[in-house]
Amino acid sequence: MAESGTLDSDVRSEPRPWRVRALALVAALGAWWLVYTHLVGFARWLTSTAFGLTEGTRMAGAVEFFVFEVPKVILLLVLVVFGVGIVRSFFTPERTRSLLAGRLEVVGNVLAAGLGVVTPFCSCSAVPLFIGFVEAGVPLGVTFSFLIAAPMVNEVAVVLLCGLVGWRVAALYVAAGLSVAIVSGWTIGRLKLERHVEGWVYEIRSAGDAGDGQQLTFAGRIDYGLEQVRTIVGKVWPFIVAGIAVGAGIHGYVPEGALASVMGKGAWWSVPAAVVLGVPMYSNAAGIVPVIQALLGKGAALGTALAFMMSVIALSLPEMIILRKVLKPRLIGAFVAIVAFGIAVVGFLFNAIM
Amino acid sequence: MKVTVYGPGCANCTKLEAAAREAVKQLGIEAEVTKVTDVAEIAKAGVLLTPALAIDGQMVLRGKVADVSEVMSLITSAMDGS
Repeated sequence: MAESGTLDSDVRSEPRPWRVRALALVAALGAWWLVYTHLVGFARWLTSTAFGLTEGTRMAGAVEFFVFEVPKVILLLVLVVFGVGIVRSFFTPERTRSLLAGRLEVVGNVLAAGLGVVTPFCSCSAVPLFIGFVEAGVPLGVTFSFLIAAPMVNEVAVVLLCGLVGWRVAALYVAAGLSVAIVSGWTIGRLKLERHVEGWVYEIRSAGDAGDGQQLTFAGRIDYGLEQVRTIVGKVWPFIVAGIAVGAGIHGYVPEGALASVMGKGAWWSVPAAVVLGVPMYSNAAGIVPVIQALLGKGAALGTALAFMMSVIALSLPEMIILRKVLKPRLIGAFVAIVAFGIAVVGFLFNAIM
Repeated sequence: MKVTVYGPGCANCTKLEAAAREAVKQLGIEAEVTKVTDVAEIAKAGVLLTPALAIDGQMVLRGKVADVSEVMSLITSAMDGS
């Protein structure tokens, strides 16, 4: 090929030396810190001086809440998504699969849930991933632990919960999400449901590990982190702005305790009701956390609110339709029932002890 | 030359397909761009994270949306290698 040589030199750009990246990274982190620490003053200045609102009024309270929370949460998100992106660049699905293949139950379930958090995952490739895992000898229950944890426990949920509700609730959510993934996966494994996976899945012989992917350099990992920021923050910021706008309105105008009788601790049936309502619904973490914050603010019990959030994120009608390609109805039913039951238990538990 | 995009039809997969078509056009080479959307076929190719890109059956990209210039450089280096 005579042409390829000339094309090559045109297209490929010289990789920048890693020192430049490191310096740029340090400068960016410094700028981030400077902006983050000045947000409170900026929000106050914007509200009272630039908008001319009188301090102490409802309107001023709502506006200040909004112009402080939106940049705060987005800044936190940028930093955390970047950090998690760097971590993720070390965990490819192929690597996770080989770590999980042939694992015994319990240990395998715990490992799968943990890896589900750090391995890059996209719900649209849930089915190829499921087939790839099962084919490589990852036990069915362990595969499910991964598939439950991966979408439910992620950095977007954690940052939003931390930023809008508080780090204690965020920590509880992570612990509860991992527990549900571990126990549900383990239960599915115990029930020996392998024959309810569509038969053709076991007959697939894939091309194997089609190359081990690219070995990333330091600069490559930073690029990967930046790309994650672009994709993830680019996708969720409208939800955050809208959610916080609604939250700001609620903060200023809706009376506290308005929901206490329906979603409070006293109403025991509110937990199963929240799960039944949440299962068919689908939203990502960015859309649901502001709602959770609003529910909590109006008197909903923590267990009920978290059960609602988990069932919305972890289970959904579109996901079941996608999984129907590889799972027979009975296994889908068992999967939904077990996970929903686990989420309800978590809800009751939190309502009882908090 | 055969360029294959693997993806069941999510937004990212469509983006990668568009980038692949544009890259082939800009390079002005004879190449057939195909898209595999069937999940069983995607799994058979050994793809765990979509979207993925293969050039002449060789997987060069997985779980990543590459832009036009990146796909172009992947194609040219595949041409060098062959």
